[in-house]
Amino acid sequence: MNDGSPAAVVDARGRRCPIPIIELARRIGDVDVGEIIELLADDPAAAADVAAWCRMRGHDLLTAAPGAGPGSYLVRRLG
Amino acid sequence: MGAFQLPAGVSATRIVRGTPQALSPPPRLAARMPPRGPATSGHLLRDGRSVTLVPAYLDHASTTPLHPVAREALLAALDDGWADPARLYREGRRARMLLDAARETVAGVLGARTSEISFTASGTAAAHQALLGTAAARRRAGRVVVVSAVEHSSVLHAAQRHERAGGEVVTIGVDGLGRADPAAFEAALDAHPGTAVAALQHANHEVGTVQPVAAVARALRRRGVPLLTDAATTVGRVPVDLAALGADLLTASAHKFGGPPGVGILAVRTGTRWANPLPADEREHGRVPGFPNVPAVVATAAALAVRATEIDAEAPRLAGYTERLRRRLPELVEDVELLGPGGADPAVGLPHIVAFSCLYVAGEALLDELDRAGIAVSSGSSCTSDTLTPSHVLVAMGALTHGNLRVSFGRDSTDADLEALLDALPPAVRAVRERAGAAGL
Ligand SMILES: Cc1ncc(COP(=O)(O)O)c(C=O)c1O
Repeated sequence: MNDGSPAAVVDARGRRCPIPIIELARRIGDVDVGEIIELLADDPAAAADVAAWCRMRGHDLLTAAPGAGPGSYLVRRLG
Repeated sequence: MGAFQLPAGVSATRIVRGTPQALSPPPRLAARMPPRGPATSGHLLRDGRSVTLVPAYLDHASTTPLHPVAREALLAALDDGWADPARLYREGRRARMLLDAARETVAGVLGARTSEISFTASGTAAAHQALLGTAAARRRAGRVVVVSAVEHSSVLHAAQRHERAGGEVVTIGVDGLGRADPAAFEAALDAHPGTAVAALQHANHEVGTVQPVAAVARALRRRGVPLLTDAATTVGRVPVDLAALGADLLTASAHKFGGPPGVGILAVRTGTRWANPLPADEREHGRVPGFPNVPAVVATAAALAVRATEIDAEAPRLAGYTERLRRRLPELVEDVELLGPGGADPAVGLPHIVAFSCLYVAGEALLDELDRAGIAVSSGSSCTSDTLTPSHVLVAMGALTHGNLRVSFGRDSTDADLEALLDALPPAVRAVRERAGAAGL
């Protein structure tokens, strides 16, 4: 485990759905299992779709983590 | 339920004063109208008539073609029901008879009284009048309007209007299948004793979830709060009985069940307090402004009456399509999320709607691909909405909002429609994913 800071950041600001989720899926392999990847996205669908993607792929969306909030999504890779 | 009958004597003799002339539409309009005539290639023959339907029109929940019986009624009523039904001369009385007969028919099908039924200019207008009229009449009871999170935009926009006018809106969330919990309504009412009115749709228009309207109605009744149910997705599709639902107000839309566009149904149960939020007008029991569209209302009643005789046989057929589609989708398309409860159990899901989302797929690109294959469906994805926001229904359910499709069947739908969709969908999804570089992710 780690200190909770992201091991990688995906900047998908300005990109429309589903591109932020595609970028996140492409880059999740860059972090080790248990590590955190941060997605920056301002698309209005991102909040719903990051949560749905984490559910479908079995990753953990850290909604309560410091730094999580509008435009920033912290995902812990679980598999 | 019998078919809609024109009142005795109405269609027997047509009133024609003056000389009828054969007229054509003005050239600029005529140029845009398709040629009339027998079916040509690309047109399917249905009910013995030419109907321009793409190979698979599967968007019947958006709107559905005019029912042939409604078409007959519309044409007859255009000739017989053109006059002002408020006038006492012969032509006016004739229009009034048609309007009254239509109201009786609709009331009979919905289990309501004629005095409870008004015809509006759309399902949207009916929802606005229902919600705002009840909130206005119950202003002294309170300023809170309670709505489910998955109501149609017409209900939500009316609630927003109430909020901008100084009211408060409380929203009830739904579970992963899109269903609102009666206990959540009860809790909201207990937390907000000043509730003027609550709204819970009969079934959801995007995912087909049937809502626990009767249970919510009972809970509201105990607290003296009226319930509006938007039944635009169910009226004319599945049996709808106002008394059984226990709702105080019900709205529906004619073009959703084979009636003409531009007619909504507003039912306000006797004893429900309601005050017109619009400037006064005595027509339609004082609930709807403007000269009523008698021919379209007559066609609406004809459509509803004939639908009541069709739906028992139709529902299992359409449920067969939706179940087959839901079973085949995960086999044919990778990473597809089925939404809603499905149509196998009519108590929880509608027989004619299937919704699903495809991971890594832009809804608009998918609609394009399917359109090119001659398949018409709709999508709740953000890129397909004018506001570029995802469907509030999908968000409330916690569903994947991109790559979303709603497939909805109607009385015209056939096995061939479903097969065309099943053939076209997998390569369409594959193509969109490949273009986005998302294949195999
Ligand atoms: C659930 C629901 N309510 C209301 C409406 C509005 O009906 P209309 O199209 O007649 O304005 C619709 C139509 O989209 C609907 O699906």
